[in-house]
Amino acid sequence: MEYRLTEPFTKEKVSAFRAGDQVLITGTIYTARDAAHQRIVEMIKRGEELPFEIKNSIVYYAGPTPPKPGYPIGSAGPTTSYRMDPYAPVMLDLGQLMMIGKGQRSAEVKDAALRNGAVYAAAIGGAAAVMAQSVKSAEVIAFEDLGAEAVRRLYVEDFPVTIVLDTAGGNLYEEGRAAYLSK
Amino acid sequence: MRELNVSSITDAVASLCIETNHHLDPVTEACIERRYAEEDWPVAKDVLDIIKHNIEIAGEGVFPLCQDTGMACVFIELGQDVHLTGGYLEDAVNEGVRRGYTDGYLRKAIVKDPIRRGNTGDNTPADINVEIVPGDQVKIILAPKGFGSENMSRIRMLPPAAGQEGVEDFVVSVCESAGANPCPPVVVGVGIGGNFHKAPLLAKKALLVPLDQSHPDPYYAEMEDRLLEKINALGIGPQGFGGKTTALKVNILTMPTHIAGMPVAVNINCHVSRHKEVIL
Ligand code: SF4
Repeated sequence: MEYRLTEPFTKEKVSAFRAGDQVLITGTIYTARDAAHQRIVEMIKRGEELPFEIKNSIVYYAGPTPPKPGYPIGSAGPTTSYRMDPYAPVMLDLGQLMMIGKGQRSAEVKDAALRNGAVYAAAIGGAAAVMAQSVKSAEVIAFEDLGAEAVRRLYVEDFPVTIVLDTAGGNLYEEGRAAYLSK
Repeated sequence: MRELNVSSITDAVASLCIETNHHLDPVTEACIERRYAEEDWPVAKDVLDIIKHNIEIAGEGVFPLCQDTGMACVFIELGQDVHLTGGYLEDAVNEGVRRGYTDGYLRKAIVKDPIRRGNTGDNTPADINVEIVPGDQVKIILAPKGFGSENMSRIRMLPPAAGQEGVEDFVVSVCESAGANPCPPVVVGVGIGGNFHKAPLLAKKALLVPLDQSHPDPYYAEMEDRLLEKINALGIGPQGFGGKTTALKVNILTMPTHIAGMPVAVNINCHVSRHKEVIL
């Protein structure tokens, strides 16, 4: 199936998605990768104010290349998600709606997504120039010292992702492979 | 003795950084085209189509092929009849990387300490490998390497008794456990022999072999083909969504080893398999 996801982003909307569905996202999403996740989770523990509202947020595991003059962003594909596994459950328990990255997740992340009604989607790894075309604006909102790893607020239009983990326990990496092997 | 000013090495490295991050070499691109034509699973074909589109956009020169513009791996074959002037070779290479990554708006991905981190801000230092060869030329190969695939690479010190089967099982298992993480379709570089130092180096150099070339020894050339078939029977497919094309090519490099061992290293690269050489 193909869906469009627009604001406001809600758990109800993503609960319709199933593993393998293609979703075009339009709205505000946030980039964060290893170092930013570490800092955000430390801030949560200390009870500090966070760079963005975690509840119902979409977090894109990505560190783009610097924008060339006249462009909002450089290339912006996904990074491998498992490195965010130690941090993701904390964010999901605070109501994060969607994680976007690539690759397998830990059992803890799958459980945390399921119990919170959140989803995990994949962007095409190594199609970073294609992904960048959907990013209309980008602004560093936290941890500027981290360079590529800073948290950015992106406004995206028809940003293409594929659902990997859905709210019914579906897993594209298992189902897609099994479907091909039993063809 | 031929004299060569290292500033020409800096210039060459700087432009190679930018070029490799925007253009795959034609042989790699042709290989992707061929695998696309051979793929019959619709989801997989769609992904490969997006990857082809990505190559087109990156080729226009604004957006790099991938946001992970890599650690700059540099292989230099230095002719022993060349006298380098104007500075130290490694400084010249690092200056080229600094310039290429800055002027080319490429991502700076190197941290100065492995545990305490801290971005160096200019993507240096590069991974510099120098070999002294006969002649009076300098060959520079630059290969930006992403870490999504680098992190999925493995070495195993197999016992000789493991034989050919042990080697093949290990290579396939590395690709299977990597799954979707290294952005399949991948290119698989295998180094067999040497020691704990040389096997990974061979595997890394195997990633520089053009994808239309096979090992000169038919025994290993057949192993490359067989491994590709086994890996593509796993069903992982492009991006792990299922399909035939999990790997584009397997390349093997070998060397003598010790009576007690059979080291095997597997260096995984993604479909954004970047490398280019110049001769000065
Ligand atoms: S593994 Fe390759 S394609 Fe994937 S993000 Fe890293 S460099 Fe890019």
